[in-house]
Amino acid sequence: MSQAEDIESVDEDGVIESVSGPVVTATDLDARMNDVVYVGDEGLMGEVIEIEGNLTTIQVYEETSGVGPGEPVQNTGEPLSVDLGPGMLNAIYDGVQRPLDELEEKMGSAFLDRGVDAPGIDFEREWEFTPSVAEGEIVEPGDVIGKVPETASITHKVMVPPNYEGGEISSIETGEFTVDEVIAELDSGEEITMHQEWPVRRARPSDEKETPTEPLVSGQRILDGLFPIAKGGTAAIPGPFGSGKTVTQHQLAKWADADIVVYVGCGERGNEMTEVIEDFPELEDPKTGKPLMSRTCLIANTSNMPVAARESCIYTGITIAEYFRDMGYDVALMADSTSRWAEAMREISSRLEEMPGEEGYPAYLAARLSEFYERAGKFQLINGEEGSISVIGAVSPPGGDFSEPVTQNTLRIVKTFWALDADLAERRHFPSINWNESYSLYRQQLDPWFRENVAEDWPERRQWGVDVLDEEGELQEIVQLVGKDALPEDQQLTLEVARYLREAWLQQNAFHDVDTYCEPEKTYRMLGAIKTFNDEAFDALEAGVPVEEIQDVDAAPQLNRMGVADDWNEFIDELESDLKQQIRALY
Amino acid sequence: MKEYQTITEISGPLVFAEVDEPVGYDEMVEIETPQGETLRGQVLESSEGLVSIQVFEGTGGIDRNASVRFLGETMKMPVTEDLLGRVLDGSGNPIDGGPEIVPDDRVDIVGEAINPYSREYPEEFIQTGVSAIDGMNTLVRGQKLPIFSGSGLPHNELALQIARQASVPEEEEGDDEEGSEFAVIFGAMGITQEEANEFMQDFERTGALERSVVFMNLADDPAVERQVTPRLVLTTAEYLAFEKGYHVLVILTDITNYCEALREIGAAREEVPGRRGYPGYMYTDLAQLYERAGRIEGNEGSVTQIPILTMPGDDDTHPIPDLTGYITEGQIVMDRDLNSQGIEPPVNVLPSLSRLMDDGIGEGLTREDHGDVSDQMYAAYAEGEDLRDLVNIVGREALSERDNKFLDFADRFETEFVQQGYDTNRSIEETLDLGWDLLSMLPKEALNRIDEDLIEKYYREEEAETAEVEA
Ligand SMILES: Nc1ncnc2c1ncn2[C@@H]1O[C@H](COP(=O)(O)OP(=O)(O)OP(=O)(O)O)[C@@H](O)[C@H]1O
Ligand SMILES: [Mg+2]
Repeated sequence: MSQAEDIESVDEDGVIESVSGPVVTATDLDARMNDVVYVGDEGLMGEVIEIEGNLTTIQVYEETSGVGPGEPVQNTGEPLSVDLGPGMLNAIYDGVQRPLDELEEKMGSAFLDRGVDAPGIDFEREWEFTPSVAEGEIVEPGDVIGKVPETASITHKVMVPPNYEGGEISSIETGEFTVDEVIAELDSGEEITMHQEWPVRRARPSDEKETPTEPLVSGQRILDGLFPIAKGGTAAIPGPFGSGKTVTQHQLAKWADADIVVYVGCGERGNEMTEVIEDFPELEDPKTGKPLMSRTCLIANTSNMPVAARESCIYTGITIAEYFRDMGYDVALMADSTSRWAEAMREISSRLEEMPGEEGYPAYLAARLSEFYERAGKFQLINGEEGSISVIGAVSPPGGDFSEPVTQNTLRIVKTFWALDADLAERRHFPSINWNESYSLYRQQLDPWFRENVAEDWPERRQWGVDVLDEEGELQEIVQLVGKDALPEDQQLTLEVARYLREAWLQQNAFHDVDTYCEPEKTYRMLGAIKTFNDEAFDALEAGVPVEEIQDVDAAPQLNRMGVADDWNEFIDELESDLKQQIRALY
Repeated sequence: MKEYQTITEISGPLVFAEVDEPVGYDEMVEIETPQGETLRGQVLESSEGLVSIQVFEGTGGIDRNASVRFLGETMKMPVTEDLLGRVLDGSGNPIDGGPEIVPDDRVDIVGEAINPYSREYPEEFIQTGVSAIDGMNTLVRGQKLPIFSGSGLPHNELALQIARQASVPEEEEGDDEEGSEFAVIFGAMGITQEEANEFMQDFERTGALERSVVFMNLADDPAVERQVTPRLVLTTAEYLAFEKGYHVLVILTDITNYCEALREIGAAREEVPGRRGYPGYMYTDLAQLYERAGRIEGNEGSVTQIPILTMPGDDDTHPIPDLTGYITEGQIVMDRDLNSQGIEPPVNVLPSLSRLMDDGIGEGLTREDHGDVSDQMYAAYAEGEDLRDLVNIVGREALSERDNKFLDFADRFETEFVQQGYDTNRSIEETLDLGWDLLSMLPKEALNRIDEDLIEKYYREEEAETAEVEA
């Protein structure tokens, strides 16, 4: 690469021909597609997106006010890439991997100025490197040659870059080094540092994809219980504004049992990123007890930041995720919202005057979406290990109408669908995930894991819950016409049980200290307690006890307190025995 | 400064001119008509030899002989603390006959984005004195919380009430009296003279004008100017907040008119239109306004925004409210039915939302029971609302005693809790106590969203008994 740089640097500069928002054209620029260029006197960062004759079109990642024709354009000769190495966790980047804390410092202001560059990782900081291979050993691309304790919870693995040849280690160091210092040399002459670069639009290589069999446990009852996503799986959360996409994504970022979390705030609110920055360092990973921030990498292109960088932030995120996957980690990537990414594509495309497809989106929308989700999966890595990337994308359909192109094209690809419902959100049923419309195609392949790790009858118990909710759906239609009291008693009882399923089990308050996270065992037992109520109640009904009396037993409303119960095992033991005792006392 | 007489095309709000020197994108332009009138505009697209210009005051009066001057800089707002108390037009020129404004600084009106890393999460409760807001959809300092209204609904009354009453309770007792008052920056876009008078009279009557800056683009002012007005407003707001330490409340009305202007310009530029003819970049454009609310770490001031929009056809899936809702931190929704029932303010709390509420309420901020009370009232009101439909079919007698209580709750919630009039200023304690009055109509076991200790403390047994007797 260093050689390549020498050749490229003799490139002729181009000249700006026109400026229209984030799209700039230049003449006489000798460039390849996707090369990064610096635009204008201020050197704004941009990327080549079209070449036609002598005219090169560039999307600029910064505001272009005041930039005019005649100003120079300089080519770096390199595609848009990320810097990979220790120092990415606990960081917050913009859409082209500039650290936002560093930008604040360099700009000396809380507002984002332009023309300021900053590398994605710190080139001055020294990291402690401990080799895991010795001189004389043969290493291949992707192989781990040593470790760096990156954060409180994560060990960074230093690998032979995937585009190297590999060979015998001729020398390897131990001690403190900056990311650019050579820590190992191979007999092939290749030098290894802790720093890799990778073009964001190209997936990092892997061997093959495997069928995922382990769930990404989220601590959210409706997800783990009804619509689980696999480690290496894909999920979409579409929903109108205010229905709970971001809260769900934040919940996953907090509680999902991934090793690494990459959170991409794509075209959404500034305060939501601030919330993560302020909250995560205070929260503990339930698995390791370490601050959640130390496994998290944030990428923020908020809705008022330049639109071109919104297009790139998704790629920046997934490439960072792949790098950690290559270390053998289970990575979860949240993208909130993929609609803003699609809209950024649309905006650039329309400035290029490309032929619009459905609803003005470019014809390649579907292809880009599937390329992105294809980078998720459970992988056999090139070094023989395994790693996974789970991708969860929020979708923001205009008017909340799921028939629009981004939702539809996404649903064709992803295997888990969490449908948010404005009606549920209005009545403050949270998470407002509609249990009739949502699905997970991973359910069957994950059942063995749940049977083995939570409870042998997990799938059966879940099916019981699903059946009751289905029946409720049908009964509600009748109730709408005649009122609840006109139903036979057993159906009234079913409605009561379904109400507990909804209120005590499906609902989960993300802002309650205890309820916010629910381990699968608790999810299972809570469902069990409702089933106990169901079974006891139906026995009593059969024995001739009127339904009102059964419903009114003191212990029943306690079902609603299970979620917030800290010592839930005892709480549920006691509740189940109270329920049995009180209901049996009725006959 | 070079002057050109090279206009080649005039189309809607756009003027195209040939140039022989490069012109910067977004740069300001002055066009002098043969009649001697000076119009202002901005460069929309700049290519070698040709520039397209968007003219704020409209292109009326411009012909091929008009001369075009490029000012070599993007649009700036002259800012100073002395703007407080002043009334300006939609382009920022004083129209109150007051003294000339001597600026402290001239600031680019296309604000730079706040670095998300530099923000401070908003969590200071603002008491508006309106129960439907304070109790159910709490506003905090630095939030952007729009009012979704419809034509003919009393959104202005509500906005004025908020502007009059908004305060941060803790600081009222504090030593620093001035700090707790909001500076109000009011931006009118395409509203009628009559509506504008309503605001001005209220500002004058209450003495609020002294701590306000008013920008007026009225219905008969040029539509294109509406592109600029909110940016002037927000530039002034940021200056007062982040340079001078004020807590600023920005009221923008009517965003719908702003968006119509955006659509008009898009059409004139022959862009591919997005949903219902609005430009595809409207989300980004609106975000560049709304995201200019907030707090900054280590900075005294704050910008809180209350944009008002009228939903065409009362339809909240229309692109204007839809895109707004996707950017703002909640919404307060006005309801036509409640309005015709005489509820003041006619806020429908069900579709309303404040996303920043959770961090701004509770013990030490408002009161320990606030979150639970609000959750429970939501749930109970939603249940009562559902039952109303059923009652129409089967009648009240066919409903259980429990259901009847929820129906009564929904009625009283509207007529006692939401209803308060535009001159009543309720403290948060009054609002929450009123909430308990109503919740105590319901059986204790039905209060499944409230912590048991709080029920013990606040539930009113007497109310429960009266409700029992009535039923
Ligand atoms: N699990 C939950 N528990 C409690 N409250 C919730 C939950 N999910 C959502 N909410 C409430 O709903 C509000 C809106 O949720 P959220 O911000 O996630 O919506 P969104 O779908 O991301 O909207 P937008 O598209 O506008 O970003 C939250 O501020 C919160 O009050
Ligand atoms: Mg969101």
